[in-house]
Amino acid sequence: MKLRVNGKEVTPHDPDQSLLEFLRDDLGLTGTKYGCGEGQCGACTVLVQGSALRSCITPLSAVADREITTIEGLETDGKLHPVQQAFLDAGAMQCGYCTAGMILSCVSLLARHPHPDEAEARRALNGNICRCGTYPRILQALRSLSTGGRHA
Amino acid sequence: MPERERYELLEKPSYHFETERRDVLKLFAGGGLLVLIPHSAAAQESGRARGAWRGEPLPDDVEAWLHIGPDGRVTAFTGKVEVGQNSRTALTQAVAEELRVAAGQVEMVMGDTARTPFDMGTFGSRTTPTMAPRMRAAGVAARQALLELAAQKWGVKPETLEAADGCVRDPKSGRSASYGELTHGQAITRTIGKEQISRPRGESVAKINARDIVTGAHRYPSDITRPGMLHGKVLRPPAWDADLASVDLSAAPETGGATIVHDGKFVGAAAPSARAAARALARVKANWSTPAGPSNSEVFDYFKHNPTGPAEDAVRAGDVASAWGQAAHTVEGRYTVAYIAHVPLEPRAAVAEWTRDGLTVWTGTQRPFGVREELAEAFGLDIKKVHVLMPDCGSGYGGKHTGECAIEAARLAKATNRPVKVVWSREEEFRFAYLRPAGLIEVRGATAGSGKLLAWEFHNYNSGPSGLATPYDIPHQLIAFHPTRSPLRQGSYRGLAATANHFVRESHIDDLAAASGSGPLEFRLANLKEPRVRAVLEAATGRFGWGREKSGAGRGFGLACGMEKGSFVANCVEIEIEEASQRVRVRRVSTAFECGAIVNPDHLKNQVEGAVLMGIGGALFEAIEFEGSRITNPALSRYRVPRFSDLPELATVLVNRRDLDSAGAGETPIVTIAPAIRNAILAATGKALRSLPLAPSGPAGANKSA
Ligand code: FES
Ligand code: FES
Repeated sequence: MKLRVNGKEVTPHDPDQSLLEFLRDDLGLTGTKYGCGEGQCGACTVLVQGSALRSCITPLSAVADREITTIEGLETDGKLHPVQQAFLDAGAMQCGYCTAGMILSCVSLLARHPHPDEAEARRALNGNICRCGTYPRILQALRSLSTGGRHA
Repeated sequence: MPERERYELLEKPSYHFETERRDVLKLFAGGGLLVLIPHSAAAQESGRARGAWRGEPLPDDVEAWLHIGPDGRVTAFTGKVEVGQNSRTALTQAVAEELRVAAGQVEMVMGDTARTPFDMGTFGSRTTPTMAPRMRAAGVAARQALLELAAQKWGVKPETLEAADGCVRDPKSGRSASYGELTHGQAITRTIGKEQISRPRGESVAKINARDIVTGAHRYPSDITRPGMLHGKVLRPPAWDADLASVDLSAAPETGGATIVHDGKFVGAAAPSARAAARALARVKANWSTPAGPSNSEVFDYFKHNPTGPAEDAVRAGDVASAWGQAAHTVEGRYTVAYIAHVPLEPRAAVAEWTRDGLTVWTGTQRPFGVREELAEAFGLDIKKVHVLMPDCGSGYGGKHTGECAIEAARLAKATNRPVKVVWSREEEFRFAYLRPAGLIEVRGATAGSGKLLAWEFHNYNSGPSGLATPYDIPHQLIAFHPTRSPLRQGSYRGLAATANHFVRESHIDDLAAASGSGPLEFRLANLKEPRVRAVLEAATGRFGWGREKSGAGRGFGLACGMEKGSFVANCVEIEIEEASQRVRVRRVSTAFECGAIVNPDHLKNQVEGAVLMGIGGALFEAIEFEGSRITNPALSRYRVPRFSDLPELATVLVNRRDLDSAGAGETPIVTIAPAIRNAILAATGKALRSLPLAPSGPAGANKSA
């Protein structure tokens, strides 16, 4: 089997692995984090065909031939993705361990709903835990994006 | 003085500076300006100079260094660590402000036992009040030395010169020289003394390595990899204190590249992948004997009957025993507080590597030097042979003081002669890390006819002695801590026992207010002497609009206030009880917080709000369940932590006391949210809840003991 990760085609040697293990241990893409291994925390979130997915409970076989984007693949030509920039501007982190998963969940949400209201945003992100409690800032980052960017 | 706290896992400092210093000094071989920050003025004045740098004697007892290289690079070295509380940024600001350089020009080397001087650990909110002013003093000393160098060079008086933007300028002649130019070819040391430091500027400097975090480039401890590295797993007992009775490795042939290690009570495997290591261990047959013990519902009586020592009086004032007879109103209560878990989003992780020179371990810990000692002891090594590095990790909240994961990785690395990474699973983190202690607290309070507090008797079993003293003016007091056995492994937690003790005190104050026919705010103001507590209480109630609306069915308002570790906090809360589910929702929280002069307002607000949110978990629903020493809900699906859906509307007032020294802020804002919520539930329902968590499934299901 094959899949594409951040635009590159890759061939796993062990299709029984979880997508998370493959990304972290075989490809060295450690921006994707382990937090629980049971789909509860969202630290392992990646985009599969643009939609957020928990990589810890996703067997590699389920993403054959798909396009995966990890946090390392968001930046283009040294320029941060607008969601990354919004997190920076809002100071939306403390330890930052949840941040990659949060950013990718926001990217996925904004692709579906460019202007989510607060209730939609909370619902969409409820599977992502920030133990440091930076939720208000993450919502602030989202708000700055959905109202037309940080200069709005 | 910070209170003594048994659960901080304090260890005696052991200094081994002579050799370490020699190694560290190699880092500065290129010369430049080196500023030493001794542990204490006493150490510095004792004049015991054992080391020397380029011929200059150095004081014996250094806790941090600041170096300006001939290339102009500013590097500070401290054994403190960054666990998300933004100490890296705060310390960088301290140096940069005094040295008159941009924050981006200072590199802060932290928590690396080979490069930074010994440090006890990062806990107890000590970084801001102790390390930051000393970093400031180092900045002042360096600036002064640079001014002197320039003055010498130009033949003028140092007082006539100015330092700004990494340069010294002579306003008269217009000459200027960069710090690098000035230190070039020099080898100067300074030791901080009684420098006049300025108050923090109070600027919201952005988190130093935030860009690396949003791009995924930052390497947390669990992200470290080494060439040829294997992954390790450890065979776990059913409970943390279970004993390995027998083990049979015969069914576990070393296949799939796995190596199994059995050494005493330790059984582990290292393999090319964590899964392969787990597979190998799955075939190990082990018998464990687990001691019997109480369950989570029995543990509070257990505490009462299992003392480990005599009661420790925290406060004894007046004559409590004879005061009860004069009371107008007396209220008694038996309160309980559950064990809770830190749940740092990054579990314990370590990568260990043995070389000819010794052992190197990268691990997430709040005490890298403590972990170094644990490793040296575990492997019978000279401490100089152990090098511990702590990359900024995925938080701690007081939960990462110990080095068990580092020892496990090192044991497997030793057996395989390869670097080994061990990352604890979430389940391991729940079951084998330590917990915030549970506690039983019995309290009796009384008021006089005047509405003033008269007597206060307070007994804390097991939970801990932090925050026992009350800010209220009470003539007769007896407050004691009773150390007891604990069936579960317990240790530090953000705010320590101040959360439990504030929960009980502030709940009971509301009950006493009600008994004496007074309102929660009026009663507190009538009995509170401490002006800084009054100030935050007034700020929080003002912001909240306290008293504008009345509590009623399904909706309640509550407040609480307190102080701990030199900072002051008050919360006002609005809660709502959903009719159908009886679920308690926190709708709105106003917090006022004061910790002296503010270092970084944006990061402070972030800490305060984060602590409030974390506190909502412990207040409403977090609880470890157990049978004996076996934890039965070791998963995020069975242990709920606050999520987006729990987020109330937050209003935060930061009271800036620029006239006062800065105190730490990572812990205290967690201590009063639970009683404020409890008091709001009381106002809404008339139910005086006395257990944390308050309402794991709504107030009706709460474990109430009135
Ligand atoms: S690690 Fe995948 S959801 Fe927690
Ligand atoms: S910033 Fe620490 S978990 Fe979110």
